[in-house]
Amino acid sequence: MSKLDKAALGEPDTTAPSVPDDVFLSVRDLRIHFDTDDGLVKSVDGVSFDVRKGKTLGIVGESGSGKSVTSLGVMGLHRSARAHVSGEVWLDGQELIAADPDEVRRLRGRKMAMIFQDPLSAMHPYYSVGHQIVEAYRVHHDVSKKVAKQRAIEMLDRVGIPEPAKRVDGYPHEFSGGMRQRAMIAMALVNNPELLIADEPTTALDVTVQAQILDLIHDLQKEFGSAVIMITHDLGVVAEMADDLLVMYGGRCVERGPAEDVFSEPRHPYTWGLLGSMPRLDREETDRLIPIKGAPPSLINLPSGCAFHPRCPYADIPKDNVTRTVRPELTEVGGSHWAACHMSQEQRERIWTEEIAPKL
Amino acid sequence: MKTRRVTAGVASVLALSLGAAACGGGGDDNDGGGNGKKDAALNSIVNASDKKGGTVTYEHSDVPDSLDPGNTYYGWVQNFSRLYGRTLTTFKPAAGKEGLEVVPDLAESLGKSSPDAKTWTYKLRAGVKFQDGTPVTSKDVKYAIERSNFAPEALSNGPTYFKAYLEGGDKYQGPYKDKSADGIKSIETPDDRTIVFKLKQPFADFDYLATFSQTAPVPKAKDTGAKYVQAIQSSGPYQFQSYEEGRGATLVRNKNWDPKTDPIRKALPDKISIKFKVNPVTVDNNLISDKITADAAGTGVQPQTQPKVLRGKLAGQTDSSYAGATQYIALNVNVKPFDNEHCRKAVQWGLDKQSVLDAMGGSPKGDVATTLLPPSVNGYTKFDTYATDGHKGDAAKAKAELKACGQPNGFNTILTARSDRPAEVAAATAVQASLKKIGINIEIKQFPSGKYFSNFAGVPSYVHENKLGMLSMAWGADWPTGYGFLDQIVNGAAIKPSGGNNLMELDDPKINKALTDAIANTDDAARTKAWGDIDKMVLDNASVVPLIYRKNLLLRPTSANNVTVTQAYLGMYDYLLMSSSK
Amino acid sequence: MGAVLLLLVVSAVTFAIFFLVPRLGGQTADQLATQYVGKDANPESVAAIKKNLGLDQPVYEQYWNFIKGLVAGADYRFGPDATHCSAPCFGYSFKSHIEVWPQLEQRIPVSFSLAVGAAVIWLVSGVTTGVISALRKGKPIDRISMFIALAGVSLPIFFTGQILLALFVYEIPIWDSIDYVPFTENPAEWAWHLMLPWISLAFLFSALYARLTRAGMLETMNEDYIRTARAKGLKETTVVTKHGLRSALTPIVTIFGMDFGTLVGTAVLTETVFSLQGIGAYSVQAIKDNDLPIVMGVTLVAAFFIVFCNLIVDLVYAAIDPRVRYS
Repeated sequence: MSKLDKAALGEPDTTAPSVPDDVFLSVRDLRIHFDTDDGLVKSVDGVSFDVRKGKTLGIVGESGSGKSVTSLGVMGLHRSARAHVSGEVWLDGQELIAADPDEVRRLRGRKMAMIFQDPLSAMHPYYSVGHQIVEAYRVHHDVSKKVAKQRAIEMLDRVGIPEPAKRVDGYPHEFSGGMRQRAMIAMALVNNPELLIADEPTTALDVTVQAQILDLIHDLQKEFGSAVIMITHDLGVVAEMADDLLVMYGGRCVERGPAEDVFSEPRHPYTWGLLGSMPRLDREETDRLIPIKGAPPSLINLPSGCAFHPRCPYADIPKDNVTRTVRPELTEVGGSHWAACHMSQEQRERIWTEEIAPKL
Repeated sequence: MKTRRVTAGVASVLALSLGAAACGGGGDDNDGGGNGKKDAALNSIVNASDKKGGTVTYEHSDVPDSLDPGNTYYGWVQNFSRLYGRTLTTFKPAAGKEGLEVVPDLAESLGKSSPDAKTWTYKLRAGVKFQDGTPVTSKDVKYAIERSNFAPEALSNGPTYFKAYLEGGDKYQGPYKDKSADGIKSIETPDDRTIVFKLKQPFADFDYLATFSQTAPVPKAKDTGAKYVQAIQSSGPYQFQSYEEGRGATLVRNKNWDPKTDPIRKALPDKISIKFKVNPVTVDNNLISDKITADAAGTGVQPQTQPKVLRGKLAGQTDSSYAGATQYIALNVNVKPFDNEHCRKAVQWGLDKQSVLDAMGGSPKGDVATTLLPPSVNGYTKFDTYATDGHKGDAAKAKAELKACGQPNGFNTILTARSDRPAEVAAATAVQASLKKIGINIEIKQFPSGKYFSNFAGVPSYVHENKLGMLSMAWGADWPTGYGFLDQIVNGAAIKPSGGNNLMELDDPKINKALTDAIANTDDAARTKAWGDIDKMVLDNASVVPLIYRKNLLLRPTSANNVTVTQAYLGMYDYLLMSSSK
Repeated sequence: MGAVLLLLVVSAVTFAIFFLVPRLGGQTADQLATQYVGKDANPESVAAIKKNLGLDQPVYEQYWNFIKGLVAGADYRFGPDATHCSAPCFGYSFKSHIEVWPQLEQRIPVSFSLAVGAAVIWLVSGVTTGVISALRKGKPIDRISMFIALAGVSLPIFFTGQILLALFVYEIPIWDSIDYVPFTENPAEWAWHLMLPWISLAFLFSALYARLTRAGMLETMNEDYIRTARAKGLKETTVVTKHGLRSALTPIVTIFGMDFGTLVGTAVLTETVFSLQGIGAYSVQAIKDNDLPIVMGVTLVAAFFIVFCNLIVDLVYAAIDPRVRYS
């Protein structure tokens, strides 16, 4: 099925730009649904984005918004019989969804690699750190164990682990949280991947270590020129790093654009909420956090109309109850800046500048 | 629904496999053997052959008390041990009634008795040797009897008739404690081939006692007490090649056995193997599929195997032999109202014995009994003091006896049975149902067989206290004569404070005297007749209610040669004769 | 040391159950001794055997003598001369007056062989079935294997054993007989003649292990580190065996150790059905005969195997899981 067909059929996501030449990863109308005993879970329901080499895309959202599922979809890791994946994932000019799974496997770990959150559970407790890095290297490189181990030590050194030749034989549980995350990064980068997906890479770490890890990823990205996708629920993490930002809610993209624009002129009430709940050092103790009220939506029975309307303080502003009946489409609100909201541009600009921004 | 269909499927597969197993083996290729007809081995030797060689294979579902001839009471070991132990006398390996005949074995002839039947002399055959080549002497026989009868601290399994009858038997401490060179003085060995027994009372059945495996010679130098079973010195045609306690043994030819000294053994097979603790069903299946030669126990196939072998081709391979035992009910003459002869007779007349036999499993299990002595015992005389039509009982006569007893409306009493003997419990239930018709109401009490005699039915005080008027009992003789059968169960002297077998507590001076007189009578014919007379006296006394003569349902595999039932050993096959075409 | 203490406790409890309890229930030493005399239980024989077996001594003394014999050996006299039973002396059988230990020595290899062969079969078949079932969860092959597994867990061994015997020994005689041929004598014959007992015993256990493995695999295959392994681009077979199975096997190793240790002394039904002379069947006979020294011997040997296997499990566990090793 080609893109033209879908466009002709009037698929909702008609906002997807065509793939420019310098785009390394292009995701087009990605849908990932799961059959469960309770019903069909639409974890990702039509998401599109591009990532360029040397650039970083931040994907932000609450847990259950579909951001992790999206990244695993890119990696081709939804192999369960109950997962239905559709859309297109173009990696360096190669489409992955329809490709032979073994072909995708060969790309995994080599061309695209992933850093997972919570490295204690993401690394195998029975194998030494070195063994796991060696394994990752040898699956894509036909080299001896000795050469591979040398490479592992080199990588551990690169990510800043002291005494790498000694630590290489240690087990994950013998590493501190930060060191473990560094080892995880070393494992992901051992094959010099051109796309690096980091899924909540700093969640379990304390603030100082967080900064170190982010710096490390940033440095390595510069060094290798990789494309990076940074997945987080915390806008603070991506504030400095991301070139572009994608905000997800209920399996869909609600706002997307250059990071600078999204931070300075967010055009979706959910993004406002995220900004409001972002901890900032320059804020007063008392009104530091403005949490988004309510709970994330059920992905089986997504609220009708705008999925965010039950939690949106401004849901009644648009007329005719439209927020509850019609799903808002992404519309361009500035250069490459898109948002999906029923409120008019003016209304949103007003609310942002008058009500939200002063409180942040 | 789904589950039920699956269950049905599994069930039918199972039925198929079991049914197929029942039909398979055995029946397909037995044209050449001339394996005979049903019951052919009762009165003839089936598959008679003089061919030497082959292996006879026995299996047994249990273990023996011991294979040591000096430490066993089991009938089948008595039969089996003749392969490696020559006793002074033994039973003739022959078919039918001939098998009850006592013939000399280690001795040249039967015992020479003094006129008072108190001194018995045997002369050993010349040239008999142990497996190591040492000649067998009369001292070895004497020693064998000493260790087997007088050393219960080590060898406690066997009977102690020699101890009971020999002069000074109650004083002698046995060879393990009394280390004097003489041993027991009442056994004399004037020379290496002569042995003389001096008894404290006349005992005309002594030749039968001399058939006991306990007279098989044991060299003193090689005796190790309880451990001797692991290194038995053979005096017969076979010696132990291997012995594994509780698991089995293999016997091979004894090169020092000289056939010229042994007129009764043909010793056809080259090898004899026996395996213990084989699953009883497996033993039966192995017989059917001709994998083994005989079930050593000789008590017949398992109840669940019976239907398989009673029909079709296999039926021709079965022998329904008398087990030499009678199942009966003892009416205790010291428990009311059985102290009154008429109340005892009411039971004799009223009982439907046919219904009891049916309850116990019908004709494969036995015949209705009218005497205490079973037909396979020397002295058995056929009579029926309380004959009724079809053994179904006579209510009118029973009622008359009840009236005479002063209990015209019947009475209540208790009947004991051994809980782990299903046939006995079934019989008790049938007795209960039958006697209810004449107003005798029975309550059945069950006891474990292991403690039946030591703690309950065999303890008079317990019986009296609990008013156990009727006691289930089965008895087989230690040797197949009227005395061997009766003395332990009807003699007043057999009443013991515990562990006794005279459950009637019958102490009739006439019967006691008749027994003593008869056993002192060296005239075989007169003695044999006396047993039948005593049997009649017991039935006249009416304290014993014979139920059935027990039978074994034996199966001879197609490869078994020279198969005949020996009445001398409880109706199992004769293991001296048996050989195999395999 | 703890193990020795445990065995001592086991021996005391066994002694109490089989000796003290019947005594408390009113059984006298005479009644006990009567069981070891043949049909002709005259008082002299009973008294002699009672004295020689030491049944006339107080119970605590009898236990003490047993323990003493175990540690230092003992002298017995069941014949013309006294014989020395060297440590560890498990005493003499009440019934046959034969030394207990040589009997156990002959029977332990039978029970051990039975357990070893069955264990190999059930581990291979059970774990394989479990893994396949887990990977094909909900598919027909999973449902069929789990149904068979359920049947295996529910079918008693004397049922499967008898069926196998009826089919393969009597109906289609692939096996001429089921027997124990010592491994040292002929390994091929050893394996061949124990195959049916192994299969029937293994059927029961494979069913159990298939279910355990399946559950374990379903759990581990959802672990984060499995996702990591896949993200590295590893082949699926490597992911399943190297990363999934190794973790799923850890709890199985523990249960296996206990099962195996227990099985050595308790495969009573299999031994009975197939007429194998192992210590399980031996102990049943001994219990029937009230043959306390044999019961004690079998119990101690069985307990030893359980303790020993648990020790092995601890070692293996440490080898498998580095977290155990270092803590």
